[in-house]
Amino acid sequence: MQPTAGRKSFPTYILVFLAPAILIYTIFMVYPLVNSLRLSFFAPNAARQEIFVGLQNYVKLFTDDNFAPRFRGALVNNFVFFLVHVLVQNTIGLLLAALLTSGIKGSRFYRTVLFLPTVLSVVIIGFIWQLILNPLWGVSESILDLVGLGFLFKPWLGLPESALLTVSLISVWQWIGIPMILFYAALIGIPDELIEAARVDGATGWHVFWRVKFPLVLPTVGIVAILTFVGNFNAFDLIYTMKGANAGPEFSTDIMGTFFYRTFFGQQLQLGNPSMGATIAAMMFLIILVGVLVYIFSFQRRVTSYEL
Amino acid sequence: MRKHTIFVFFVLIALLLASCGQPAATEAPATTGEQPVATEAPAGEKVTLTIESWRNDDLQIWEDQIIPAFEAKYPNIDVVFAPTAPAEYNGVLNTKLEGGTAGDLITCRPFDASLQLYDQGYLAPLNDLPGMENFSDVAKSAWITDDGQNVFCVPMASVIHGFFYNKEALDKLGLQEPTTKAEFMAVLEALKADGTYTPLAMGTSDMWEAATMGFQNVGPVYWKGEDGRQALIKGTAKYTDEPYVQTWTDLAEWAPYLPEGYQSVKYPDAQVLFTSGQAAIYPTGSWEISLFEKDAPFEMGIFPPYLPNAGDTCYISDHTDIALGMNAATAHSEEAKTFLEWVASQEFAGLYSNALPGFFTLSNLPIELEDPLAKEFLSWRDTCEETIRNSYQILSRGEPNLENELWRVSAAVMNGSLTPEQAGQEIQTGLDSWYEPSQ
Repeated sequence: MQPTAGRKSFPTYILVFLAPAILIYTIFMVYPLVNSLRLSFFAPNAARQEIFVGLQNYVKLFTDDNFAPRFRGALVNNFVFFLVHVLVQNTIGLLLAALLTSGIKGSRFYRTVLFLPTVLSVVIIGFIWQLILNPLWGVSESILDLVGLGFLFKPWLGLPESALLTVSLISVWQWIGIPMILFYAALIGIPDELIEAARVDGATGWHVFWRVKFPLVLPTVGIVAILTFVGNFNAFDLIYTMKGANAGPEFSTDIMGTFFYRTFFGQQLQLGNPSMGATIAAMMFLIILVGVLVYIFSFQRRVTSYEL
Repeated sequence: MRKHTIFVFFVLIALLLASCGQPAATEAPATTGEQPVATEAPAGEKVTLTIESWRNDDLQIWEDQIIPAFEAKYPNIDVVFAPTAPAEYNGVLNTKLEGGTAGDLITCRPFDASLQLYDQGYLAPLNDLPGMENFSDVAKSAWITDDGQNVFCVPMASVIHGFFYNKEALDKLGLQEPTTKAEFMAVLEALKADGTYTPLAMGTSDMWEAATMGFQNVGPVYWKGEDGRQALIKGTAKYTDEPYVQTWTDLAEWAPYLPEGYQSVKYPDAQVLFTSGQAAIYPTGSWEISLFEKDAPFEMGIFPPYLPNAGDTCYISDHTDIALGMNAATAHSEEAKTFLEWVASQEFAGLYSNALPGFFTLSNLPIELEDPLAKEFLSWRDTCEETIRNSYQILSRGEPNLENELWRVSAAVMNGSLTPEQAGQEIQTGLDSWYEPSQ
């Protein structure tokens, strides 16, 4: 920074450069968001006019016999969905990144292949996995048979106890490329001298990873975790594609996104309920906001970032 | 120089804003068209009517068969069939109606979706339309106000539930079309023992099949069709009553004969399982006729929902599905009424039912069907009592939504995660929470 910069008058051209982005962002993001929050404080009366009802929609969401169990169910399922991603997607992502940077043969090829599902359409992913897991003509049963484990096959997507886990793992399979590439970028950013120095000091590969590399990628772990959190609590498309808006069986795959969709737009003979839908959307916004704030104040500000 | 650039930027932004605002300005004249203006086209001049519909599958049939037949009779009216994708139809139509840009004729969804449009004044009442007398009360029930006073759409078609079967499969084992439940179960058992075919093609993953093709298919015979349905609406019958629990018990009894892993078998899977000749019996409805006749290489037969005991009256679900109404804001109401009158006529009934085998006219006028399966489906109207799906009228207005709940519990009963009694209890508790007559 030049010390003279602060003395200059406010650089108006910055406004000009920002204007298009701010304009578009305001029209298509900020305004709808604010309007949706506003809608959550309104409800239609008998004459279908919107009237202000204060926090009544929220009370209904938390206490009403129709909404409260669905809201709790969706919230719990969403946390399970998130936990599976954190535990499976992010750890495997880190592992794969570590393998890719270890100079393994064909790492470029694997890097591309592992990232590939991320760029595919969710609809295609959902369709392919439904075919693979299909009990009538899917290949998963025959593959299990080949290794003598055919008896383990179940219609996982259709059973209440396994449907959510199955959908979560399919989502993990699709998105694993994102944490992998972020960790990969962080790992290749670590200078060789550090690792060589550790080796000279007699550190094993295990030690090098946990004592040298891992602390250096810790900020990335945080970023990946918060990206996963935001992504998971906004998730909708994969479950909608595979299980429909009713998120069956028995709402076992129902997450906030599908709950919101069903409520807002209605379903078959159920007319949409925009104000309750907006209330659910506001809760999603609140959950994500709290998550991001927790991340910023308890993680990002405390974790040590090393200048390399 | 810099000032100049800023100026140019602001001009660009101003232009952008102006262009954003413009469509609103040009739309304004269109909204004035909402009032039925008395500027009817002078005689002799051609008038164009536009039909809003979700049946994009039928575009060709309308353009090649139905519209030419109408235009031949009324040369000064042009008709354009302008369908939208089924899933988007309700939303798109609402937006168009609000903006005053909707077509002159509106294809009506059954029950509340259309009733709401009528209440909002978007659909014109059609009480005095000539030809309405050709439709029975059940036929009109989907497009009538709750008090039965105002009809707002001309019923076009219904679908009838029943069972398809693979003739080769039954012949091979020397089995007959079952008529009673005992015979039906015996046929399933024989097919299962033989093992060549999946006895019953159905899955519960999409849930609606369990409710629509299971519960609403074989249930009417237990709850005595319209009597049972009306009793539910009046609140004198409950879903915990014996007929409903019995229906769910039946569904639970089907489970052992479904394909392996039926919990994650979807509707298209079940269709392919049947049309590829791997399954023997398929519970569904008449709307499958065209697809099955195209895809199935074997001879198919159909039989109506089974009876509890031989000699009982049979009941079929003859579900009102599609109708045509008039945009209250149309500028050509005379011509639109002429078209609707023709839709209520015998000519249209025959044309439509033959062009779309499996979608049957709701008109009482006699028509001649060419498709043998469609003909057989239609013949059940003479021998059986008719009803519609019991969750569609009035009862699906509240929360929890009855129809969605029926999907859920019917699938759960077939999956074995709910007992028939629990299913009835959950449905009735949900209904009691908002529906006053049943409390």
